[in-house]
Amino acid sequence: MSNINLLIDVVLLAMLVLTTIAIVRIESLFAIVMLTGVFSLLAANIFIILDAVDVAFTEAAVGAGISTVLMLATIGITGYEQKRRRKISWVAPLIVVTITGAVLVYGTLDMPAFTDPEAPIHTHVAPRYINESPTEVGIPNMVTSVLASYRGYDTMGEVIVVFAALIGVLSLIGIREHKGDPKHLEPPARPVLQVMSKFMIPFIILFALYVQFHGDFGPGGGFQAGVIFAVAIILYALTFSQQDAMDLAPPRILKRLASLGVLIYGGTGVVSMLKGGNFLDYNVLAHDPVHGQHYGILVIEFGVGLTVACVMMLIFFAFISRGDRNP
Amino acid sequence: MMSLDLYNYWVVIFLMMAGFYMLIASNHLIRKIIGLNIFQTSVFMLYISLGKVAGGTAPIAAEGIDTYSNPLPHVLILTAIVVGISTTSLALALVIRIKESYDTVQEDEILELDSIADEEGS
Repeated sequence: MSNINLLIDVVLLAMLVLTTIAIVRIESLFAIVMLTGVFSLLAANIFIILDAVDVAFTEAAVGAGISTVLMLATIGITGYEQKRRRKISWVAPLIVVTITGAVLVYGTLDMPAFTDPEAPIHTHVAPRYINESPTEVGIPNMVTSVLASYRGYDTMGEVIVVFAALIGVLSLIGIREHKGDPKHLEPPARPVLQVMSKFMIPFIILFALYVQFHGDFGPGGGFQAGVIFAVAIILYALTFSQQDAMDLAPPRILKRLASLGVLIYGGTGVVSMLKGGNFLDYNVLAHDPVHGQHYGILVIEFGVGLTVACVMMLIFFAFISRGDRNP
Repeated sequence: MMSLDLYNYWVVIFLMMAGFYMLIASNHLIRKIIGLNIFQTSVFMLYISLGKVAGGTAPIAAEGIDTYSNPLPHVLILTAIVVGISTTSLALALVIRIKESYDTVQEDEILELDSIADEEGS
């Protein structure tokens, strides 16, 4: 790691530590949620310095975007007030935390040095992925090849977890659709924001599609694209109204599309089985194994993107539609 | 730069412990969830730090580059972030339901209401 990168790493991590101290100490919930957005953005920058461009992408979109919005929506429902605990009990937690931290620090003393190329983590499966994947899978972005092809099972599990979380949220709070409400009850109160977001939304959606379909060659893929796409709709809902966004992306259709995404992923596996290969073995999808890999990755990334985008939008709708009842 | 060999890991441990402290010491459920999120991000940071290789670049194959950082931790963490936001939203949904049932999101008041309900039940 060059010295300048190391310096950036050290400074950004120090800023992260300061942000965390502020989050722990500040009383105001609103300030804490905003600081978690800052925290995520700093984390994304550190991921870029550490070469994890795909991860940085996701962290920026998820941590600084969607999670902040969801937290604010929740605080809007639960209220800002915090009562102090009657007996102040910060000594015991502090002791527990200090002891745990000290044990962990002791554990790091045995760890290989940061950026050491001989560390055990770099000597087992990684060389295979780095050396063989450009010819075996045929796409330059190794993260995408590992994600979608070598470890396709894992990724399918993750998509199903995301889907299961959606089912959980919908069964806990559900989405309230206000049918029959006069649509534009109040005149647009935020003309500047509305004009600007109208200008930006097409570009955000275009960018999401680029990230989706260019993920084989550059940083990106279904997870990031899905989140970015959802952010476009969330921006629309925030600057216009919830009803406008729900008319644009009706929850009834989103629910079906979210399950369709999982189905596309699993279906690709079944098709490869029917063609005589193993589950999610894309080599058999076309005459040439590398072409088969291309098709397989394109299709399952589309499934991932579809599910993630729909799940994020539905979760957002669930949270803001709940907020209407308890203002 | 020997002294910086373990710097990243120590920062990770500090963040982890700060999140852990928030989780066990706060009384407000949303603060607890934020603590969990900080803990989670620190684990991400640990994995990505482990994947970095000296002199390496982002793991996207290109002409003239022969050292890449390890792509495996990137894959694991990329999906973990999206799963993380899903589970966080599930936790926030639970908080909303608790607010509606108990009319509070303070842990001690919830426990108090629970113990009153237990006494009435028995």
